[in-house]
Amino acid sequence: MVNPFVRHRGKVVTLLRRDVDTDQIIPKQFLKGVDRTGFGPALFYDWRYRPDGSLDPAFELNSPTARGATILVTGPNFGCGSSREHAVWALAQYGFRAIIAPSFADIFASNCYRNGVLPVQLPAASVDDLVRGPEAGLREIEVDLERQVITNDLGFEARFTADPYGRELLLRGLDEIGRTLLEEPSIAAFERRHG
Amino acid sequence: MTARTLFDRVWDAHVVQQLTDEVALLYVDLHLIHEVTSPQAFAGLRDASRRVRRPERTLATVDHSIPTGDRSRPIADPVAARQVDALGANAQEFGIELFDLASPGQGIVHVIGPELGATQPGMVIVCGDSHTATHGAFGAFALGIGTSEVEHVLATQCVALPRPHTLAARITGARRSGVSAKDLILALIGRIGTAGATGHVIEYTGDAIRALSMEERMTMCNMSIEAGARAGMIAPDDVTFAYLEGRPRAPSGPAWTSAVQRWRALRTDPEARFDAEVSLDASGVGPQVTWGTTPGMVADITARVPDPAQLGTDAERTAAQRALEYMGLEPGMPLAGIPIDRVFLGSCTNARIEDLRAAATIVRGRHVAPRVRAMVVPGSQRVKAQAEQEGLDQVFREAGFEWRNAGCSMCLGMNDDVLGAGERCAATSNRNFEGRQGRGGRTHLMSPMMAAAAAIEGHLVDVREW
Repeated sequence: MVNPFVRHRGKVVTLLRRDVDTDQIIPKQFLKGVDRTGFGPALFYDWRYRPDGSLDPAFELNSPTARGATILVTGPNFGCGSSREHAVWALAQYGFRAIIAPSFADIFASNCYRNGVLPVQLPAASVDDLVRGPEAGLREIEVDLERQVITNDLGFEARFTADPYGRELLLRGLDEIGRTLLEEPSIAAFERRHG
Repeated sequence: MTARTLFDRVWDAHVVQQLTDEVALLYVDLHLIHEVTSPQAFAGLRDASRRVRRPERTLATVDHSIPTGDRSRPIADPVAARQVDALGANAQEFGIELFDLASPGQGIVHVIGPELGATQPGMVIVCGDSHTATHGAFGAFALGIGTSEVEHVLATQCVALPRPHTLAARITGARRSGVSAKDLILALIGRIGTAGATGHVIEYTGDAIRALSMEERMTMCNMSIEAGARAGMIAPDDVTFAYLEGRPRAPSGPAWTSAVQRWRALRTDPEARFDAEVSLDASGVGPQVTWGTTPGMVADITARVPDPAQLGTDAERTAAQRALEYMGLEPGMPLAGIPIDRVFLGSCTNARIEDLRAAATIVRGRHVAPRVRAMVVPGSQRVKAQAEQEGLDQVFREAGFEWRNAGCSMCLGMNDDVLGAGERCAATSNRNFEGRQGRGGRTHLMSPMMAAAAAIEGHLVDVREW
């Protein structure tokens, strides 16, 4: 059972880099566990912390204005590379509910939908408007998955289209396995046909 | 009857149920699992009192976090040891066959599937690993999935997927000497970019693909994910069948004959349409090396490090600038001549027997340059045994290479095979991301021949000059 996602209002932090890969989101040394918890502090580890373990003040997430952010706005091809779902666990456990980018890697987006995190694909120009436009001063926005629209109090509005299947998983907080097991007769019939 | 692509044929044959216009529930013929992305999936099954639907269609091995040195002692890293133990316990509890550390069949999951003949044309194959695309070399639809999907496949033997688009990569012309499959795929990624195939399945076609061995085809398909693709595929042919015949899990006797007949139908109709197409002239491709921090930041070994200021967009300039800073390179430096500290011959991309043979040809009778540390990590214990039977281990050892046991090793540095900060590595693996091989480590991707030559010279070098 995942957290349903219908609409979310939250503070934005921007990480305007392209091709942010899952090795950056959660480095390899944190993949040796057998649990789904405890990944939040390791998010963006090599960028967030200096080699001595102290926070790097130059990194976007460490800025005082980023404190409490729940929406990440970032560059194209976010989540590329390894299929590690740990990357989404780390983002979710850090506190992110939605990620807005011009494009996402396929496996990453699929992992998001299964963990209560909404990947919002917006054209690069809309992402620019969102972070560079006159609205940039206002760091809070609302992401509405039901209406598939992003708004803020200053009149910014951008429509998006979520993957319909992923959208349903998120809106209803569905247990995907439970849902598929409702199709068990079809699976059994397929197996009878194909051995 | 509408003309269909190879991908269409495999997809259509596996649809259990159409869930939405785009998303279908697809039956999985083979599910490969390993220690890193499966423990949470088994925990989920256990919590919900669910069983594994088809344990006999599931194969497990340990590869990602295991040491590649001495195997006679327990794993020194207690966290990795617990993860490896968890896979053993889960395999036993749920009745799944496991190739563990003691097994002669152990190896990187994408090396052992084909080696066993478990990977077959026309299959749907999934694994909690993005390089699952490798198996597409046999005409299978093979893709990487996350851990929630691993749990879903264990419980239902199905995966829910939006139908990907299709992209034809036509690669034609004769490869020049010293140019390998790795160079072709790196050149293609350089051409279309790391997100060039997002949402697509690539079918590699053309006479240059037909001319590749099975192992070379696996190298091509393996890196499909580095272009963003869901999967890569190559239509099966006599090369495929010759590779599979007689392997332990391949059909035999009359079943073999009927399987081959069935597999021959797995091809793209001449009039079938792809959603996108790209072509590459193999005769114009030289040995490739990456200069940056994505596999798309790649150039011919005869080229110079690009000047970010001359790139097309702001975003590209910023990314290239950042990459060069991380890599410690200056615009305009010739790529050939960049000194290296380490060499890694391994990974699911390039650690099969042909890769080791190609590298051994270069190093035979020569020695690794002073101050360079070089290692060979065979893709599987069977590859290792085969290489030892051919005396390749002696060639490498005498040249000063370390000769290791099978595993993912320094491709992703989950064990103790890592780069130190600032160390520069010539690697036959698949990702040159920041920190991939160790925090601050600098990776240059290339072919086994190119990495072997770099080990001997102590710097990046054009293997064609050998």
